[in-house]
Amino acid sequence: MSKDKKGMITKVSGPLVVAKGMEGASIYEVVRVGNEKLSGEIIEMRGGEASIQVYEETSGVGPGEPVERTGTQLSVKLGPGLLGSIYDGIQRPLEAIAKEAGDFITRGIEVSPLDENKKWNFQATAKKGEKVTAGQVIGTVKETETITHKIMIPHGIKGEIISIESGEKKITDIVAKIRTEDGREEGVSMVQSWPIRSPRPVAEKILPQTPLITGQRVVDTFFPVAKGGAASAPGPFGSGKTVIQHQLAKWSDADVIVFIGCGERGNEMTEVLQEFPELEDPRSGKPLMERTVLIANTSNMPVAAREASVYTGITIAEYFRDMGLDVALMADSTSRWAEALREMSARLEEMPGEEGYPAYLGSRIAAFYERAGQVKCVGKDEEGSLTVIGAVSPPGGDLSEPVTQNTLRTTKVFWSLDDELANARHFPAIDWLSSYSLYTEDLGDYLDKELGPDFKKNRTEAMRILSKESELEEIVRLVGFEALSPEDKLVMEIAKVMREDFLMQNAFDDVDTFTSLKKQATMIDEIMKVYENKKENISEDMEEILSEKEKEMLSQLKFK
Amino acid sequence: MAVKYKGLKEIVGSLVLVDGVKKVSYEELVKVKAADGTERMGRVLEAAEGKALVQMFTETRGMELEEAEAVFLGETMKLDVSIDMLGRIFDGSATPLDGHPKPIADKSLDVNGNPMNPFAREFPDDFVQTGISAIDGLNTLVRGQKLPIFSGAGLPHSKIATQIARQAKMEGDFSVVFGAMGITFEESRFFINELEKTGALDRSILFLNTADDPVIERVTLPRIALTAAEYLAFEQGHDVLVILTDMTNYCEALREISAARKEVPGRRGYPGYLYTDLASIYERAGMIKDKAGSITQIPILTMPEDDKTHPIPDLTGYITEGQIMVSRNLHQAGIYPPIDVLPSLSRLRDKGIGEGKTREDHSGLANQLFASYARGQEVKELATILGESALSETDRAYLKFSDLFEKRFLSQEETENREIEETLNIGWEILKVLPKSELKRVKDHQIKKYLNEEEN
Repeated sequence: MSKDKKGMITKVSGPLVVAKGMEGASIYEVVRVGNEKLSGEIIEMRGGEASIQVYEETSGVGPGEPVERTGTQLSVKLGPGLLGSIYDGIQRPLEAIAKEAGDFITRGIEVSPLDENKKWNFQATAKKGEKVTAGQVIGTVKETETITHKIMIPHGIKGEIISIESGEKKITDIVAKIRTEDGREEGVSMVQSWPIRSPRPVAEKILPQTPLITGQRVVDTFFPVAKGGAASAPGPFGSGKTVIQHQLAKWSDADVIVFIGCGERGNEMTEVLQEFPELEDPRSGKPLMERTVLIANTSNMPVAAREASVYTGITIAEYFRDMGLDVALMADSTSRWAEALREMSARLEEMPGEEGYPAYLGSRIAAFYERAGQVKCVGKDEEGSLTVIGAVSPPGGDLSEPVTQNTLRTTKVFWSLDDELANARHFPAIDWLSSYSLYTEDLGDYLDKELGPDFKKNRTEAMRILSKESELEEIVRLVGFEALSPEDKLVMEIAKVMREDFLMQNAFDDVDTFTSLKKQATMIDEIMKVYENKKENISEDMEEILSEKEKEMLSQLKFK
Repeated sequence: MAVKYKGLKEIVGSLVLVDGVKKVSYEELVKVKAADGTERMGRVLEAAEGKALVQMFTETRGMELEEAEAVFLGETMKLDVSIDMLGRIFDGSATPLDGHPKPIADKSLDVNGNPMNPFAREFPDDFVQTGISAIDGLNTLVRGQKLPIFSGAGLPHSKIATQIARQAKMEGDFSVVFGAMGITFEESRFFINELEKTGALDRSILFLNTADDPVIERVTLPRIALTAAEYLAFEQGHDVLVILTDMTNYCEALREISAARKEVPGRRGYPGYLYTDLASIYERAGMIKDKAGSITQIPILTMPEDDKTHPIPDLTGYITEGQIMVSRNLHQAGIYPPIDVLPSLSRLRDKGIGEGKTREDHSGLANQLFASYARGQEVKELATILGESALSETDRAYLKFSDLFEKRFLSQEETENREIEETLNIGWEILKVLPKSELKRVKDHQIKKYLNEEEN
């Protein structure tokens, strides 16, 4: 049946709309709902009856109104112009919407995600007569000062270039013509689209081996995440999840950052929008915004689009990975995405699993994080990586809830955010005793090469001191500090230095906000030197374990 | 385009099912005329072919099926707004309660509003002086922030909220929108009297739903209040302070409706969409680029059993930009305002303070006070186990500091309006009892400047 045929709404219940007369429509096909043509996606088909999740407010929509089919799956547009943009959950550009509709987001607005009138300088790198396959680079566009956007042959096209032309082009202009193997002629433009729910193909996945340097001491030194790895940061409210995500987005040594604000505060996205253009990338000296793509579905925006937002973000991230770049994606917060799943599931009257979440929650979460990875790119001899870092907001801070548990099952790094630390204003509030990273082994070779063998030794020793401290604290609580042996007192003092001068890091201080890996190694080395030195010369009658001067020296390490 | 249908199919609680309807849309308003001539309003919860499930805003008592008439009004819920609403008191469906006629409408706005485009938002970073040290000094309120008060039954949260409403200092036209959901007559009277006393009533709009008013109105009331606030803020350029009390009653009303609809319950029986629903209220705070006005929200909620992990405070905390915690212990110790600063938080504090806004030493001083008070509380616990005599000299200093902090810094009169300078100076003054080597969060030159100056 042709896709021009219209269906008719039979029921509206919040973001769920049921329509009949939808024979021939496919599952996950995009539709336009009602007279206002709201965007929606088919999530269930029963005969000719389709259940549709609508990405916009449905008030005022009623039975009898038409549903138009589009014949395509929910897709994103990929091409020059992505960097520096802010999109909603279904890749509508919020800046253009603000221009068109004003300060509040009204319904039924359709704006192209990429500026179709802007001209880019396309430089062909492939030549006429060359045989090309999907993923192969045929030209470049200098999208920002830091990122050269590679124009790749879209998937599904293979053949010989019969013409290719450099010059100032709009994204929709044909830049190359390909004669495919079956003799057809295909025009290739600078923009392609990809359905968000399907991972973009890779030639091969490989094991991650280099760390993502974040400049955050507790992360890089103790709980590193690999480029191409997956990490999660669960924590109750007020434990600084968002600040950490922002810090990682600012200082990670990735080429491109995709930041998804999923069901969180509008002001947080505004903060990123105001701050990033002014902050400099420590490596390139250029504004951070030039390497960032923002996806914003704030908590008051339609819930169904929240479900889509993480897929929109990760597809864009995969696209940049396919150019051979290192990409890092932050999703804040994946719990809101899971709740959106739950809400739709409840409206579909599905059998609920744990805490009302649908039974497929675990597999959805796993499939999402599995899209991370270090890969050999399709169509070229290059490697790219996609690191995924997800914040989780467990209700009541209770980590036994389903979203956290399912996330921990798939991510190899766990940054446990603790509200007691946050209350004591210890930031980042990553609990050093319960957090872990399973990448420390894999990254060993890299760290040895970069920092020398002492680093790992110091790290182990420092962690031993920190866990010893927590044992000793119990004793102190019962009998007092003075009752400890001098050795134990030293451990307590050094642990305090570790906590206050190394683990704690002020995100709002210009210098302290970022510490290079080398400097981290030096800092921890200095602290451990003081410890070793003291350990040998310690005696019962010492007045003070660490002198004021030593304390002062250690506390100034981070500013050197 | 009103369409009339005679006869209802079902009445269950506050839900009414009408069948045989032809053209009906989701969230459309419905007027139901009972046989005795009384009229009730409702809203379409589910629109299906030939059927509409309607949520009534008032009690369905006395309605019967056959003679009743349902009129579908063809529009979603709107609020008539005008500047003349200032100084007036309304009920939960915006009908005047003060005996005066309805103000003449300037505009009619959809009560659900539209989400503010994050691109059009202005990041809130202007200091608002409330005259309360615990807030100004440590958990600073910022213009356009949403900062809830987490309290418990029997605690003086209403006093704190009215003190903020009376004393808050903002630059432009300042007005207060007050939304009360399910509170007692006495409480609502308290708010009115307090506002009246200081003349603040003239620049306020009150929406009242007391404990004996229809439960369902509690669900629309905050949206009506915020629609009025948005009008004042973004069309009239006012700085609007919105106080919503008590959000716990709101959530309870939501649960009641959800249960009546037989929805799959989430935690503690609250609906799974509670987060999204609360967000659609709280996220209506903020500022817009190139517009003068702002909406600052202070929602009040009473935590059941003082439990912060209960779904209502929990989900609220995930949406709002911090929280002010009212403590039962401090209240019992006779301290007003009994704000426990340690679990309190203003996420926007660091954006709204410092040189040019408050004073250059503010951030460091606040961190120092936090850290020292936290340490003081630990020492206090230690002292209860070991006895005070077993403490080191430094620890005893912390104990003294803690005490001073509660008595000098936290405590103030209900009518005392402290300037920010004074708040900060008290902070420095009480730090004097600590050894200088313990002051790690403040800079040396600040110690010199503020501690020595005091001594001279």
